[in-house]
Amino acid sequence: MSVRRRWTFALAAGAVVALLLPCLGVPTFYVSLLTQTWIIAIAAMSLDLLIGFTGLVNFSQAALFGVGAYAVAIAATRFHVVGFLPGLGLGITAAVVTAALFGLVALRAEGPGFIIITIALNQIMWGLAYQWVSVSGGDNGITGIVRPHIGPLDVSGNTGYYYVCLVMFALAFALLMTIVRSPFGLVLKGVRETPRRMRALGYNVWLYRYFALMISAAFAGTAGVLFAWYNQFVGPVNLSLDQSTQFLIIVILGGIGTIFGQFFGALVVVFLSNELSAVTQRWMLVLGLIYFVIVMYAPGGLVVLVPRLWARLRGRPVVLAADVPLEDR
Amino acid sequence: MRMFSRPRPGLAFAVALATLGILVPAPGRSAESGPIKVALLAPTSGSAAAAGHDMVAGWTLYWKEHGDKVAGRTIVTTVYDTNTNPGKALDQARRAVEQDGAQMIVGPYLANEGLAVAPYGIQHRIPMFFPTVSADDLSQRQANAFVIKVAGWTSSQTTHVAGEWAYEQGHRKVMTLANSYAFGYENAGGFSQTFTRKGGRIVGQIWAPLGTADYTPYISQVQAANPDALFVEMVGADAVHFLQQWSQLGLKNKIPLIANETTTDQSNIRSLDPALVEGITSFGHFAEGRDAPATRAFVQKYSKAEGVLPSYMATSFYTAAQWIGRGIEAVHGNTAEAGTFLRAVREIKLADSPFGPMVLDQYGAPIDNVYIRKVVATTGDAAKYAKTWNVVTKTYPNVSQFWTWKAADYLKQPPYSPTFQGYSK
Repeated sequence: MSVRRRWTFALAAGAVVALLLPCLGVPTFYVSLLTQTWIIAIAAMSLDLLIGFTGLVNFSQAALFGVGAYAVAIAATRFHVVGFLPGLGLGITAAVVTAALFGLVALRAEGPGFIIITIALNQIMWGLAYQWVSVSGGDNGITGIVRPHIGPLDVSGNTGYYYVCLVMFALAFALLMTIVRSPFGLVLKGVRETPRRMRALGYNVWLYRYFALMISAAFAGTAGVLFAWYNQFVGPVNLSLDQSTQFLIIVILGGIGTIFGQFFGALVVVFLSNELSAVTQRWMLVLGLIYFVIVMYAPGGLVVLVPRLWARLRGRPVVLAADVPLEDR
Repeated sequence: MRMFSRPRPGLAFAVALATLGILVPAPGRSAESGPIKVALLAPTSGSAAAAGHDMVAGWTLYWKEHGDKVAGRTIVTTVYDTNTNPGKALDQARRAVEQDGAQMIVGPYLANEGLAVAPYGIQHRIPMFFPTVSADDLSQRQANAFVIKVAGWTSSQTTHVAGEWAYEQGHRKVMTLANSYAFGYENAGGFSQTFTRKGGRIVGQIWAPLGTADYTPYISQVQAANPDALFVEMVGADAVHFLQQWSQLGLKNKIPLIANETTTDQSNIRSLDPALVEGITSFGHFAEGRDAPATRAFVQKYSKAEGVLPSYMATSFYTAAQWIGRGIEAVHGNTAEAGTFLRAVREIKLADSPFGPMVLDQYGAPIDNVYIRKVVATTGDAAKYAKTWNVVTKTYPNVSQFWTWKAADYLKQPPYSPTFQGYSK
């Protein structure tokens, strides 16, 4: 089997398993955790578009995610906008508008400067959520968010909502793969590798970064909306710097520049943090050690671990795309 | 008739069994057996880990004394770490209920955690007991049959008293300093509303972010305004920092402090030099130095077990254990029917708990004593464990969360927030 066919096969098998899981007697709690995994994976994929393909290490991803969540929460509890599409539309719009504003400030810098500005922007949004009590509910957050119906379908139950998030994940994945493989995606990679050369070639590097940021925000906002419906609760914790860091950890674990790897990253982070905290009080410490080991021994991310082990098993050295610097590909 | 003449042991046995079935109730229906699983949600990691430790210690102490047994059933408590994070608290509630089969939830600690968990518990018809989650609305505008502040309190309940008292002391211009989150807004709001209603004037309200280490700029503002007194709400490390700096900047004996319950809680003053805290007046539903048999006995037991005097968090969870235990007894151990069990818990009256007498109002909030407390040097046995503690200087009995208002009138006003503090600015 060619590598491509093997991936297609793995993807199809994964999809079948994902579709069947809730029907196979998986306990509801784990269905919930998987639902959470799909949502967090969408957010992590959106960040991967920036880190892995545009070279922008954005620490304000949680702000974009959180703005989407707050938008749908406020719309639902204050203005009784409870539909699926209106909610999703509002969340995405809010996130994209926020990113458009962020971009104007943050994209004036590159590298460490960009990181610092995005950290500051994220803190500003957190401060707003925490202090602007009349709008955000402050520290208490917003409760009473009801999961929407989709047309005549009641998807508010555990299983129903699992499928909603699964489908949204699949859509986001397909769209993001299309984007990174398109000519636009190739330009982004060029911007990541050699912004100066791209400028010399006549590309407006700033504008490409700006667009990438807004596209990423649309997906982050989608994840935020889904998360608000999932927890039926939104609070400042959803757009904290901790949340941004968590997305970054997922991208590093899953594999930077792989998009698909973010599913594995999210799976590991969501399940480990939940399972470990049930086993030991020192779960944060253990979690840190596990992250450390993964980064040390699977530097390309979890997604390349399987092909790498497979190749070693067959005694054949393998060169993975992720290992090759882009300019040599 | 021939039918009956033939002996039919099989039939007789079946009839006997059926009769037994009617007379002896089936297990699990009206006489439940097996352990009662309790989920204790507590922040054992994160910024409130110290409070989480106290909560678990109080709860465990009670059940250790009673051999984890009540009404013939064993109580199995599992502690779930909320990481001082409402999202995590919700994840843990899901695990407790869906995966581990918990029949009731006790905790979590903070208002934001409680507000995140409450809708989930209500949906799944799980009794939830909130001994420390004091958010006003959980027993007011969002009150629910499944949520009871067992051995708990309501944030503004104690400060309503403080506002009137401050006016009676002759204070006319008072400033407030509180942390900028719901608990701070509710504490300051309760004070400001009753103080201004009497005729006092709030000359400034300062909101400091939770986690502030340097209170000097805020204290300077107070000094500049020179009010008759300062009402202050602080929790945890913020309280420690504030009390140190208030004294260091020389204001301790210049501007009288009217502190809320948490500012001078034992968990904060135990690490401070007595000179910094002695003489401070505060308002609370608990006082570890209260001279009453129930409080003395508990403080003695707890300090022997833990080596420190109890905080209000530890006391709340000890008393909650006692209260819930009495509720389980009242339904003879049959807790599966949540409605009946919750009604039984609501009807329990503690004649003398470590807090004093406690009953619940129809909204699930306690009606209990509010104490004016003063920080003084410890005496007797307590001196082995701490240098200072809170003693009672005056008791206001049977204080309701609605103070002197009618519930319906009170609920017409919005919850306390930075924009609504109960008076027109």
